[in-house]
Amino acid sequence: MKSVTIIGGGVAGLEAAARLTRMGQAVTVIEKSDQLGGRLNQWHALFPFRTPAGPLLSKLRNNVAEGMNMIVNANITGVEYNDDGFAIRINNNRMITANSVLLTTGFDIFDAEKKEEYGYGIYENVITSVELEQMFHSGKPILTAQGNIPSRIGFIHCVGSRDEKAGNLHCSKVCCVTAVKQAIEIKELIPSAEIFLYYMDLRMFGRHFEELYKEAQFKHGIQFIRARLSEAFENPDGTLQIRIEDTLLAKPLKMNLDMMVLMVGIQPQRKTGNLIDMLGLERDADGFLMQEDPYGSPFKTKIRGLYCAGGITGPKTIEETLIEARAVAAEINNYLKHKETYTGHEHFVMEL
Amino acid sequence: MIGFGYKIQADRQIDYDSNNRRILEFVRDGEPSIDWCMSCGTCASACTAAMTADYSLRRLIIQARRGMENEIRESVYRCRFCGKCFNACPRGVNTRNIVYLMQLAATKITNHEI
Amino acid sequence: MKQEGKRRLWQEYQKEIATDKFFYVRSCVRQNFFPAAEQTFLRILRDLGKTVYENPGHTTCTGIGYHSDVVPLHTTMTVVARQFALMTEAGYENLAVSCITSFGLYTEIMDTWHHFPEIENKTREYLRKATGREFTLPKNLAHASDILYKLRHDIAARAPYRLINQATGEPLRVVEHIGCHYSKMFPHKGVGGAEYPYVLVGLVEALGGEIIDYPERRHCCGFGFRQYVVRANRGYSLSCSKKKFDSMEPYRPDCILTNCPGCPYFLDRWQYVVSEMEGRTYGVNGHGIPVLTYEELAGLALGYDPWDIGLQTHQVSIEPLMLKMGVPFDPSKKYLGKNGEYIGRPSKPNVLKIDMDALNTEHRILITEY
Repeated sequence: MKSVTIIGGGVAGLEAAARLTRMGQAVTVIEKSDQLGGRLNQWHALFPFRTPAGPLLSKLRNNVAEGMNMIVNANITGVEYNDDGFAIRINNNRMITANSVLLTTGFDIFDAEKKEEYGYGIYENVITSVELEQMFHSGKPILTAQGNIPSRIGFIHCVGSRDEKAGNLHCSKVCCVTAVKQAIEIKELIPSAEIFLYYMDLRMFGRHFEELYKEAQFKHGIQFIRARLSEAFENPDGTLQIRIEDTLLAKPLKMNLDMMVLMVGIQPQRKTGNLIDMLGLERDADGFLMQEDPYGSPFKTKIRGLYCAGGITGPKTIEETLIEARAVAAEINNYLKHKETYTGHEHFVMEL
Repeated sequence: MIGFGYKIQADRQIDYDSNNRRILEFVRDGEPSIDWCMSCGTCASACTAAMTADYSLRRLIIQARRGMENEIRESVYRCRFCGKCFNACPRGVNTRNIVYLMQLAATKITNHEI
Repeated sequence: MKQEGKRRLWQEYQKEIATDKFFYVRSCVRQNFFPAAEQTFLRILRDLGKTVYENPGHTTCTGIGYHSDVVPLHTTMTVVARQFALMTEAGYENLAVSCITSFGLYTEIMDTWHHFPEIENKTREYLRKATGREFTLPKNLAHASDILYKLRHDIAARAPYRLINQATGEPLRVVEHIGCHYSKMFPHKGVGGAEYPYVLVGLVEALGGEIIDYPERRHCCGFGFRQYVVRANRGYSLSCSKKKFDSMEPYRPDCILTNCPGCPYFLDRWQYVVSEMEGRTYGVNGHGIPVLTYEELAGLALGYDPWDIGLQTHQVSIEPLMLKMGVPFDPSKKYLGKNGEYIGRPSKPNVLKIDMDALNTEHRILITEY
């Protein structure tokens, strides 16, 4: 029986694990934190229809019940490999071997403190979209730091994305639709609030997203201002004064908000000890893992038997991550079946 | 007063909180589709009046949302109601009604009716 | 406001500041409009036992000409190279710069030379041809406010007067205004970065004052050189300062502290112009909000005589602040020079109160009722 080790127990890792097990492979999943599910743990409701994230998370976790090895709280301290397979050292005291490895270590979220002028960590009523989502999940009423019901809430797009000063030139893709979704959610919780979204572009790329935008405007009265925040300031009562240029009028504008939500972007994992650098894999210009052959095989790396999927190759939605997980499972399954005669150049042949 | 030879310049920053949005509220009451507008500017690019006058419905709707009454009243009467914008709008906004209501609101403000 | 967030930021923007053996280069504007300020800086440093040397042959850095499009960049670079040459010849490595624009200029030029060494070589050639001098780059480039920041605890330890309102015991409320050329161009060359500079905050905190924050804190005062040289354009600069005054007034500042020479000049004089144009003064007592530079504030705290520091040359009178701080001064000596001779006094403004107007009998009420 051949074995696969999946590094990263998030959405991609769990779905690929389930599929590979069903295909008859022996799977081990290694997860750095103390729980499975990755970023899905931080979502309350998924766009565009606000599908509750909980059931999907449970399903992914439960799928991995039979015949699978799960290791949590695992810190990978070394990886060695040859043509036959891989040896992975965990926590400096345990060794796992595998014929093939799948990297699904995902991405990092931009640290909003780096945008000093927005005052995250300094002003009391500035939060990130991740924190807002967790507030929805907690079910507790949304209040300002002073304990009041906010009457005006602003969402700032592109925090840490499309920004040379932040070190990320790329677009994080999912934040625009997330902002619209969260705006609708907060409006339903606080119907009296005025909601403003400050955007450079509105990237409503997916199915049903554009309709969500129109619904936000018409059904919920949410206002969209094409502007980028230059600086925010905290008034003595804790409210925020922001400074923008209303680009469609070409005039500067200032207004007060009770609360400001920063749409923090998705960025590649760069901390020391991350696996991409540890394995000597190449990063693309945007810092995410380089995909040698995005059309033929987006999951292959230059190391034979080492595959990647999910957020490690760039920002994606949960649907897209699941699709990648299923595809890479089939590819790994195929590799393991034809390992001995593998040349690295054959066209992909599906055999299920 | 001393003649300094220069003057304090007017502040052109839009002060959102001090502006009055009564024109927007009046229009929205009569034509809710004003909220569908996404400022794409197709109306302004089709517009007859814009060819020879400083008029832009895209801009007028944003000005209404910001509460910029003086600017609205300066340009809103230039529309000739030809209807090209109504044909062009991708969101199905009833543009002619919006302009009509804006002009009506502007007149009412002049007559101190609202 | 969460102070820990600010402190985390300040940790990111630290810089090396020398503490002794400085070669001092002066400022055109500061010498002319605040004549005793630079002398005060030298006095503070020498009282602390530091060595500060200046060559009387040093010139303007021509930043004011460069920023007004009057002096071409290569000429400016050559003049700056001469300043460095004088420093090298005197055997110094630490440059103490009085003016913020100079500081920005030196930083900008050294950064340019770092990225384009061929320009540095050309400048060396120009300097050699013009004057026969050679130079080395300063090992440490610090603005004079950086140096006072670095020495702030020593200053505070010797300061008999603190930034506390003597009548109420409350810390005085200080607005800090940083010159644009200090950290907006190169945030990492300024203590605290561009968004929350710490260089003046540190000094104020060491002296017991309270820094207040207000929306237009990072707005330029409007100096800029280029436009105000022509009188008809000065409204542009005036409006910039006015925006700041309007924004800071609700926060009831007791004084404004700056580190650039041009900024206090503007923030000080424009209050007078606004009072004439609009009939209003900022602050409550009709005197306006006093504007000080860092040397003047440090000098006041250290107990130097206010008229020796040159505070009589300020348009907005500093008397209300001195009364609050409890600094003793003799109003009758304000317009007497060093040898007791009368140096003349400015004419009375129409609206702005100056000197001890309305302060003599009421100053106790003034200090408590702000």
